[in-house]
Amino acid sequence: MRRARPPPPAPLPQGEGEKFLMTPVLEIANLHVTFGTRVAAVRGVSLKVNRGETHCLVGESGCGKSVTALAAMGLLARNGHRTADVLRFHDFDLTRHSERGMARLRGDRLAMIFQEPMTSLNPAYTIGSQMAEVLERHRGVSRAVALDRAAELLGRVGITAPGMRLKQYPHQLSGGLRQRVMISMALMCEPELLIADEPTTALDVTVQAQILRLLQSLQRELGLALLLITHDLGIVARMADRVSVMYAGQVVESASAEALFDAPTHPYTRGLLRCIPVPGTARRDDPLGSIPGTVPRIAPDFVGCAFRDRCAHAVGQCAREAPRLSVSEDHHYLCRLPPDWTRAEAA
Amino acid sequence: MRHFATGLGLFIVFAVLLVAIIAPYIAPHDPFAQDLNLRLVPPEWMDGGSAVHPFGTDQLGRDYLSRLLYGSRISMTIGIFTVITSGLIGITLGLLGGYFGGRVDDMVMFIITCRLSIPLILVALTVVALVGSSLTVVILTLGLLLWERFAVVSRTATMQVRNLDYIAAARAAGASRLHIVLREVLPNILTHLVVVATLEMALAILLEAALSFLGLGVPPPLPSWGLMIAEGKDYMFFSPWVIMVPGVALFVLVLGINLLGDGLRDLLGAGHAQWR
Repeated sequence: MRRARPPPPAPLPQGEGEKFLMTPVLEIANLHVTFGTRVAAVRGVSLKVNRGETHCLVGESGCGKSVTALAAMGLLARNGHRTADVLRFHDFDLTRHSERGMARLRGDRLAMIFQEPMTSLNPAYTIGSQMAEVLERHRGVSRAVALDRAAELLGRVGITAPGMRLKQYPHQLSGGLRQRVMISMALMCEPELLIADEPTTALDVTVQAQILRLLQSLQRELGLALLLITHDLGIVARMADRVSVMYAGQVVESASAEALFDAPTHPYTRGLLRCIPVPGTARRDDPLGSIPGTVPRIAPDFVGCAFRDRCAHAVGQCAREAPRLSVSEDHHYLCRLPPDWTRAEAA
Repeated sequence: MRHFATGLGLFIVFAVLLVAIIAPYIAPHDPFAQDLNLRLVPPEWMDGGSAVHPFGTDQLGRDYLSRLLYGSRISMTIGIFTVITSGLIGITLGLLGGYFGGRVDDMVMFIITCRLSIPLILVALTVVALVGSSLTVVILTLGLLLWERFAVVSRTATMQVRNLDYIAAARAAGASRLHIVLREVLPNILTHLVVVATLEMALAILLEAALSFLGLGVPPPLPSWGLMIAEGKDYMFFSPWVIMVPGVALFVLVLGINLLGDGLRDLLGAGHAQWR
């Protein structure tokens, strides 16, 4: 599960580099999102994404990954209610921005790509028209300039004959091509933060690998901060610098990618990792790991650990609280078990 | 068969439109010129008919073919302008209700329900009694009353489109609400609206004829087809062509528009599926 670290981001202005690197591009603290009075989709999520860093948000379907991203973008459905102690993009307090102010940031300095490339492009317009529009809107450039930029970016994401593609409609493109178009569209204004919500889930495996490679190299070139949402631990192992594992609206474990794969501490994370067969280690007769049960539906007044019904280590305390403990300075988890419980168990 | 019907509809609509435009150049006589010596002359194919008046004359001796040709101008004007007026109102309401939902939608639904409970003919009667009848009054009355189908269809279609990914993607790219409604949603519901427009046009033309027949539509001596039927109804037993000729014209035009509408629905429907 080792992978090459990407080289450091592009050089920064002298002297300010250190400071700049230290300020997170996106900082979220204690984010809550509720829908109506019965569903708490996100319960106190905190995370930071630094410049040039890939932060992976992992979890099962319905655990609140996408809602967290949409809340950060200010794109929640009307009935979604958002509160947060901190929700900051660079120095902008996103909780204080008006809808108009958010619209100005979106697509310009923060961009997002969605899971479904097949339906994320408007069928009524050509690729070129849709791409150019983003730049025209935010930078006020002419259509010709915007189209040049679009053609350049399409070339950059590995699309041959960009001039021809610009004149085509979405239905003339395959899924992989459309996702490349979505990525280059997101990059039109050179955003500082890119949120990718399961960008490869709808694509087949070979295309998936190409898109991931593309995201990696773009990130390296542009120094993007990337918040990558996925349920695929293989992608995490390959892409992530930091990982936040989400379960039932909470980040149950957050660590650097190495630390998470070397020493997963929360029972849920361990359960997830056990579900992946490792070539050479997994044996034919051993059943593959699985986590019994399903994600519970969480109401706003829920207390205790949401994983307790599916956890082999649950005790009475788990019904009351799930304390936040730390393995190291940047490896935290939400569980009553001590940091070294795995070693004690093994012994 | 499908394509034949659509083609026939297209042909009829364009033929009537063409006739309406060039009526002054092809009409053999002045449609308003009376000749009391030649009242109720039968059409050419009947006994006593003549080639001078191919469709005969009416009770005031006016050439029926010329009146028929000029009448197409009134039908097409009413049809087109009513659709434009009612389309603007209905589509605006439908887009607002469908996209914004919530209270806005409640309000839109309330307005639609109010409109549905208004009896059309009675309102037209009142309006004519208050301001008198003219072509403009008929267009405005119909335009202000016939928008509910536009509103209902665009509202439903907007609701379907609103939740699609490309709307979310447009928001994520910083598009304003106005931009999303007009540039992202509207083009994608246009195919439904074109079909509604043809239906409404046929309905408006029929309603104008009905209103004119009741004396509430365009005032005489304008040669509206409905008015021609109304004026001819006293003579229909001995001179049946006076109601037959405009009646058949009305039937053919409305049939043509409906055939075209059906064809468009099939064609655009198929195109829509291809996009996905």
